[in-house]
Amino acid sequence: MKYTEDDLKEELKTKQYEYGFYSDFESETFAKGLNEDVVRAISKKKNEPEWMTNWRLEAYRGWTKMKEPEWANVKYQKPNFQEIAYYSAPKKNPKLNSIDEVDPDMLATFEKLGISLAEQKRLANVAVDIVMDSVSVATTFKKTLAEKGIIFMPISEAIQEYPELIKKYMGSVVPTTDNFYAALNSAVFSDGSFCYIPKGVKCPMELSTYFRINEGGTGQFERTLVIADKGSYVSYLEGCTAPQRDENQLHAAVVELIALDDAEIKYSTVQNWFPGDANGKGGVFNFVTKRGLCETNAKISWTQVETGSAITWKYPSCILKGNNSVGEFYSIAVTNHFQQADTGTKMIHLGKNTKSTIISKGISAGKSQNSYRGLVQINSRAENARNFSQCDSLLMGNECGAHTFPYIEVKNNTAQIEHEATTSKIGEDQLFYCNQRGINNEKAIALIVNGFSKEVLNKLPMEFAVEAQKLLEISLEGSVG
Amino acid sequence: MILKINNLHSTVDGKTILKGLNIEVKAGEVHAIMGPNGSGKSTLANIIAGKEDYEVTQGTIELNGENISELSPEERAHAGVFLSFQYPVEIPGVSVTNFIKTSINENRKARGLEDMPAKDMLQKIREKSELLEIDRKFLSRSLNEGFSGGEKKRNEIFQMAMLEPKLAILDETDSGLDIDALRIVANGVNKLKSKDNAVIVITHYQRLLDYIVPDFVHVLYDGKIVKSGVASLALEIEAKGYDWIKQELENLV
Ligand SMILES: Nc1ncnc2c1ncn2[C@@H]1O[C@H](COP(=O)(O)OP(=O)(O)OP(=O)(O)O)[C@@H](O)[C@H]1O
Ligand SMILES: [Mg+2]
Repeated sequence: MKYTEDDLKEELKTKQYEYGFYSDFESETFAKGLNEDVVRAISKKKNEPEWMTNWRLEAYRGWTKMKEPEWANVKYQKPNFQEIAYYSAPKKNPKLNSIDEVDPDMLATFEKLGISLAEQKRLANVAVDIVMDSVSVATTFKKTLAEKGIIFMPISEAIQEYPELIKKYMGSVVPTTDNFYAALNSAVFSDGSFCYIPKGVKCPMELSTYFRINEGGTGQFERTLVIADKGSYVSYLEGCTAPQRDENQLHAAVVELIALDDAEIKYSTVQNWFPGDANGKGGVFNFVTKRGLCETNAKISWTQVETGSAITWKYPSCILKGNNSVGEFYSIAVTNHFQQADTGTKMIHLGKNTKSTIISKGISAGKSQNSYRGLVQINSRAENARNFSQCDSLLMGNECGAHTFPYIEVKNNTAQIEHEATTSKIGEDQLFYCNQRGINNEKAIALIVNGFSKEVLNKLPMEFAVEAQKLLEISLEGSVG
Repeated sequence: MILKINNLHSTVDGKTILKGLNIEVKAGEVHAIMGPNGSGKSTLANIIAGKEDYEVTQGTIELNGENISELSPEERAHAGVFLSFQYPVEIPGVSVTNFIKTSINENRKARGLEDMPAKDMLQKIREKSELLEIDRKFLSRSLNEGFSGGEKKRNEIFQMAMLEPKLAILDETDSGLDIDALRIVANGVNKLKSKDNAVIVITHYQRLLDYIVPDFVHVLYDGKIVKSGVASLALEIEAKGYDWIKQELENLV
């Protein structure tokens, strides 16, 4: 059965009621500040069971004893956590008579990317769960998924409907005590996505979420949990856009992936939060904890295209617990103007014959700083573990920086580890060659950058790859005189 | 008149290279430019193509009767200038096909045309790669990355064939080509010649001119065209070298 735009319209119409939106679209935002009462209020607002409230409170108490990490190669004015509002429902709830009305800002960005949301729906088998600010507005394709027993819903709903799965897995890969931002997220997470693929099921479509920050001064704390049961497969796409804004915004998400025996999870991200303007003013602070756990023969691939945010602090990681499990990390990180990115991965080899691959492509322009930070850890029981890492940096101009911090810890001498790193610059000669063929600098840079990033772009699902390519062009606009 | 250069002077990094160069190239003509190493041949080619490192201190360059001094390199390309580079650069990760597709579509965009339909593009790529006897697999490799000297040159002419320029400047396209490749490439260039376009061949050797027969041969020496003649001049240079021309010049002063 083909899912048409009309079907989606219908669904969105009914969703409006389901989520209780009426003609009054004023945002409901909590007063600024964080304490136990705020945590309780968030939980109450979401009608959560007591165990969830307690889970949040415990996380909050842990957080109050923690310190913001300072080891990353980024410099910024630390957010004042008492100046942030921790809950907000969407301010304008569009009428949604047609998909084009979902949100003009979001659509404008999509259009600039050459891909309207509507077009995406028509073109691709993409089920979209749109998280606007803190509340999920609509979930589509639910029916098709339900037939296969696949659960794909806002995590707030999953807490109500599947408490056993949540209790078992939430916090199992990223404990509430893991780090400062993960603890904060655990205490105040607003919403996010939950996905469960039953045993032996191959999810027939790419699952997708578009996140955006909607309102000034509100932090965004999503929480995503993906569970692939034994022998199942899922490809999950996450993308986000944020409208221009003056004030720095905090974004601290947590993503947990669980791949049980013989399961495979492909998790792809295109991140283009507002990076701040050309003078380094504004922009999103993106502190994300992403981690996946692989049981026997399982495989997790992280693919990310990071072009946005003023500060990016993000290390999608794999715990290769089961024998023969595989972890992959493919990353493109672009920084321009005054952006700072400290990103990479951790591959923790616990099981025998575990394999990991790291391909990181950093592109720096303007006055930006781009750091790769990666840990490959081979534990004593991990016989015959293998890792291949390749970190390439491309520099544009003389004012930006590229840094590589590879950490390798090996406690088993059967391990095979390879690490390669290159740094190159876009040359005048390359640009002139392109110019001579009628290709202007802007386009030439896009071409060269796409070529540089190809190994990673190729890992993205088709419809995402196209968007990602355009995004690279947009983010490097104006990076050459 | 496709190209008219009048009294061209230029410097690079403070060094004067061209010192009053004149040349006129009409539609349908093939001109060969010869001259000792370092005399300024590649400099001339780069200046026509608009490379910014070279400063034009005097003189004019007209393409189809219009002064192109103020045009950017890409605008000159859009106007039909093509340079087959003496040393083509590598662009890792960008396939020959993707590069030429981008190039063609950017040129079309400048003329207000839509992208070339994929079907036509493929058809054209097939046709031109056959003309130059280029293996299909070659087209999906990264541009010039790991190409042999001869492959690079053949690929330049493939791009020329795809773009169908008004004025093609071939800077030592023959160097690096084996005997068979030379014949194939020259043959390709000849097929592309028409009464509406023109070719400037920069070379050190007669062997290329055996295949691409020039209407005129010029000798560039010390930043100027010091001697012009017909095809036989190239044979004379091949036999005698440049000393006699230098001698003639000295006798003049
Ligand atoms: N960017 C530059 N900076 C300094 N000198 C330069 C530069 N480009 C060219 N030159 C000099 O200008 C002179 C002419 O160089 P050009 O490359 O035009 O010679 P050519 O006639 O093409 O020589 P060949 O036959 O060896 O290819 C040379 O002396 C060269 O060193
Ligand atoms: Mg030369």
